[in-house]
Amino acid sequence: MSIDLLSVIYLITQTLNGLFSAALLFLIASGLTLAFGVMRIVNIAHGSFYMLGVYVAWTVVTRTQSLLLGAIAAILVVGAIGFAMQRFFLRRFAADPLAQMMMTMGFALVFRDAALMVWGGDPFTLAYPRLLRGSVEVAEVVFPRYRLFVIVVAALVGAGLWMVNERTLIGARLRATVDDPEMASATGINVPLLSGLVFAVGAGLAAFGGVMGGPILGGYPGMDFDLLPLAFVVVIVGGMGSLKGALVGAIAVGMIDNFGKVLVPELSYFTLFAPMVLMLAIKPTGLYGRA
Amino acid sequence: MSTLTVRDLHTYYGDSHVLQGVTLQAEQGTVTAVLGRNGVGKTTLCRSIAGLTPARAGQIALGATDITRLAPHRIHQARVGLVPQGRRMFTSLTVREHLAIAERSADLTRSVPPAAESGDAGPVAPWTVESVCALFPRLAERLQNRGNELSGGEQQMLAIARALVANPLLLIMDEPTEGLAPALVAQVGELVGRLKREGTTVLLVEQNATFAVALADRVHVMSKGAIVHSSDPKTLWENEEIKTQLLGVPGATAHGERR
Ligand SMILES: Nc1ncnc2c1ncn2[C@@H]1O[C@H](COP(=O)(O)OP(=O)(O)O)[C@@H](O)[C@H]1O
Ligand SMILES: [Mg+2]
Repeated sequence: MSIDLLSVIYLITQTLNGLFSAALLFLIASGLTLAFGVMRIVNIAHGSFYMLGVYVAWTVVTRTQSLLLGAIAAILVVGAIGFAMQRFFLRRFAADPLAQMMMTMGFALVFRDAALMVWGGDPFTLAYPRLLRGSVEVAEVVFPRYRLFVIVVAALVGAGLWMVNERTLIGARLRATVDDPEMASATGINVPLLSGLVFAVGAGLAAFGGVMGGPILGGYPGMDFDLLPLAFVVVIVGGMGSLKGALVGAIAVGMIDNFGKVLVPELSYFTLFAPMVLMLAIKPTGLYGRA
Repeated sequence: MSTLTVRDLHTYYGDSHVLQGVTLQAEQGTVTAVLGRNGVGKTTLCRSIAGLTPARAGQIALGATDITRLAPHRIHQARVGLVPQGRRMFTSLTVREHLAIAERSADLTRSVPPAAESGDAGPVAPWTVESVCALFPRLAERLQNRGNELSGGEQQMLAIARALVANPLLLIMDEPTEGLAPALVAQVGELVGRLKREGTTVLLVEQNATFAVALADRVHVMSKGAIVHSSDPKTLWENEEIKTQLLGVPGATAHGERR
């Protein structure tokens, strides 16, 4: 094989790896951006939802050997935690973003310690179906089947979210609430309830992202705060509150992070945060955000 | 019964005491106008009734239902409609979506007008997306356009239509003629007349005193967060002192459009 062909294969493989990161980032960041759009909440506990997702799934997967059941349990449990958190705590500080943010910070610390207490500190990975193991080989490119699966699943979730947001009545209500929460409430929309639901869906999506990454990235203490900056970069680059922004931001960050780590590992934080700083300087609202 | 009763309402923005004891009644099937210069608290009164800036003291009732402490969406469910000052379009929603999220017509009939006054007794068909489109054909042509792609006049039609499709018993209109072309002002006037005949209670807040006085059954004038004059429109219009001092309507010669 020629050097040229090798480098093309390498490029394709790395692009697919970047897309895998992007897929996970999209699942996680879409929840963060939706919650921000509706509630203007900067949720420091979003990384904790991602972490709790993997841990809850771990408990279920080790007992049932089913990644699907693990994912369902993670979405339901973490979604319920998110709903309760919004309903009983954050909602009381609706007019005070700083108090809300500090409260989510407090929750993040509580979740971190709780996870350590319940599940201990040993790292693990999730077992996954035999069907998804091994690799796909197309021409000379060999790529792990599971990573491909995650990319497809994230694309389906993205399409589903887009459909709900753009084509249904509940989606219209959601957008109305993002546009003008006060007028939305005067148009009969139960904004606090809708906010709770969106927060729950966002938490569930983050948990799902954690489960999807679980077989490869696994779970370990500290994963919550490892992820959080990435999720924020995605949302800031894409624009707070925009699903399209979360998608584009996730692809950008997934690619940059992946190629950055491969090409200039010593600068990996720089290659990640430089685009965000640039974006904040040029267009503070992000690619698709609104003022 | 859908008479609006507002009793000794006090509303604040933070520490600033804006409504300082507003009391008024808007009878079912009448038009009640609230006039007054800029900044006297008219919009705040609308916001308090709609629940957007809840009153700190006092009472608001629609018929026998106390709505003072209800959340805005509850007040909407109690069939209070708001046409807000400045239209407040949802920029990412199409015209059709504006109407779809607001529509509440399946189970509702509007009230029966008092048979003595008007000939056409019997229940009135509820407003639907179709009937507001028939009322404002311009909107029917723009159903797929987004809120921010509409002209000012179209936005005002949509703001009114959005309130109507919920079939309100009480319709609050906060300066609905602001910035409208004369033809459209006339159309809004006709609509208000029709709503009244059909039994809807209309609370009409206006800077355009000429417009409001022509439509209203009862007129209240606000100054500094309180109602300082209440009368029938004719009495008000003959009171030069109030007209010049509290409404800013220039002297006796003026009775055309103010702008
Ligand atoms: N959101 C707000 N925060 C603080 N003060 C406000 C707010 N909105 C209005 N005000 C003040 O309340 C007073 C009444 O305003 P408003 O009800 O809008 O009057 P109007 O509709 O009669 O012009 C004004 O002095 C205005 O500056
Ligand atoms: Mg006003």
